[in-house]
Amino acid sequence: MVHFYHVSKVYQNGVKALKDVTMHISKGDFLFLVGPSGAGKTTLTKLLLREELPTKGQVIFCGKNVARLKPQEIPLLRRKIGVVFQDFRLLPKKTVYENVAFALEVIGGSGQIIKKRVPEALELVGLADKQKMFPSQLSGGEQQRAGIARAIVNRPLLLITDEPTGNLDPKTSWELIYLLQEINRLGTTIIMATHAWDIVNTLKKRVVALSGGQMVRDEKRGVYGYGG
Amino acid sequence: MAMGVNTLAYYFKETARYLVRNSWLSLAAIGTITVSLLILGVSILLVTNTNKIALDLEQKLEIRVFLKQNLSLSQVEQLEKRINFVSGVARVSFVSKEKALADLRKGLGERKDILAGMKKNPLPDAFQVKMERSEQIAGAAAQISSLPGVEQVLYGQDTVEKLLLVTRWVRIAGIIIIGALILAALFLISSIIRLSVFARRQEISIMKVLGATNWFIRTPFLLEGVTLGFLGSFVAVVILYFSYWSFVQQISTFVPFIPLVADQRLLFNLFGGLVGLGLVIGIAGSFFSVRKYLKV
Ligand SMILES: Nc1ncnc2c1ncn2[C@@H]1O[C@H](COP(=O)(O)OP(=O)(O)O)[C@@H](O)[C@H]1O
Ligand SMILES: [Mg+2]
Repeated sequence: MVHFYHVSKVYQNGVKALKDVTMHISKGDFLFLVGPSGAGKTTLTKLLLREELPTKGQVIFCGKNVARLKPQEIPLLRRKIGVVFQDFRLLPKKTVYENVAFALEVIGGSGQIIKKRVPEALELVGLADKQKMFPSQLSGGEQQRAGIARAIVNRPLLLITDEPTGNLDPKTSWELIYLLQEINRLGTTIIMATHAWDIVNTLKKRVVALSGGQMVRDEKRGVYGYGG
Repeated sequence: MAMGVNTLAYYFKETARYLVRNSWLSLAAIGTITVSLLILGVSILLVTNTNKIALDLEQKLEIRVFLKQNLSLSQVEQLEKRINFVSGVARVSFVSKEKALADLRKGLGERKDILAGMKKNPLPDAFQVKMERSEQIAGAAAQISSLPGVEQVLYGQDTVEKLLLVTRWVRIAGIIIIGALILAALFLISSIIRLSVFARRQEISIMKVLGATNWFIRTPFLLEGVTLGFLGSFVAVVILYFSYWSFVQQISTFVPFIPLVADQRLLFNLFGGLVGLGLVIGIAGSFFSVRKYLKV
């Protein structure tokens, strides 16, 4: 479903964020993207979302070269990809329900679809009883669940989570990982960029390690690490 | 792509929200549009009315020759003959001071009582000189004014030229003032939109990640500009309509012989045009900002 072919990214200021990365992700994968800060994890997800263009190589999503999409096709690409942020990025003036509904509103979803899917998503992440609350009234873990509900309410093929546990305590992090595994079991492909070595080591999922922009490891049932 | 009721509701909700948030600046923008369109409307009405009056006068092709007081009957007859000899003169008719006063009474209509207090007729005897062609008026008037017994010569062309001069100045001043005001309105609107974009930058970045189309993101900002343009021009048109109407009524009671433009169709076009211009200002102002600050 996702293919990176010899992808390099050099930012305008000359920073080489990715160097000749080639990797493939199949439908249903749960992939950990590990590596120290500045390794290029976020850059890799930005190329997928076409927030940045590769300097060299090709990024293919669902058979299409992401760099070659017409401007009007970019929103359609992004509708197939859900994104969960480290800092949640919920809209503070909207309730949990409204934040999740927002994802459908902005793509022109009908009232019926919103009324059906938002409660389903909130149910799945376990926030059904907090839907009328504002983000500031929620704990970090709950805010992140709301973020996940917003990312999956449109039923994306791929869920990208960039250090989703970065701002959470260990117990809450684990609860979140169980939730992501559940979502993965329901068929959504997941890319999770993370520093949380204990989680990576315990789950024994596929691990892709980046270091200084280079892919140093790609293991089917890997553990945390990015040494040579 | 069909636009759902939900999407429409979303647009209106967003637009209303941000107009309220920037309410002072919004009022300033509406006020500027109102003032510029008011001045534009007033200038247009002034120009069309002076043109109409000028045309009206021009069509009369007439010179009025006022006589000195106390001329003898033979002097008057002598003068009439001499005027008849001036080239281009088609017809000369005598208007006695009594007839002139009666005409004035008639022209004043219901307001004729303002003349009631007068003991003596202040008007002079006069000749009304019809010309064959309007371009001969100025030359003929000059000749007639040098004849003995003539106090003063008035002809439409004189007034017409003055009126046309007024129209020209109104046009020039109007274009400068209106241009400056429209620029100010554009600037205010684009500042408002810039503020709105800035206030919503987080929301916009989330919308992009969620897959909102560029038009979906832009539309509330454009609507905001359009709403400002519409409100500003609507206020201008309402003010203009009522004040012009009462002006026309005043003029027609107090100075009934001045022909004012009161053609409903023409006024309707003018007002429609002003509202259209307001909308264009609103769209243009927001479009600049949306292009510049909304990197979608
Ligand atoms: N927009 C940008 N402009 C310039 N350099 C950038 C930009 N974004 C990231 N970088 C640089 O690219 C490298 C990789 O960053 P990033 O992909 O964010 O790494 P990670 O997410 O693994 O921490 C870093 O050196 C970072 O400073
Ligand atoms: Mg990062």
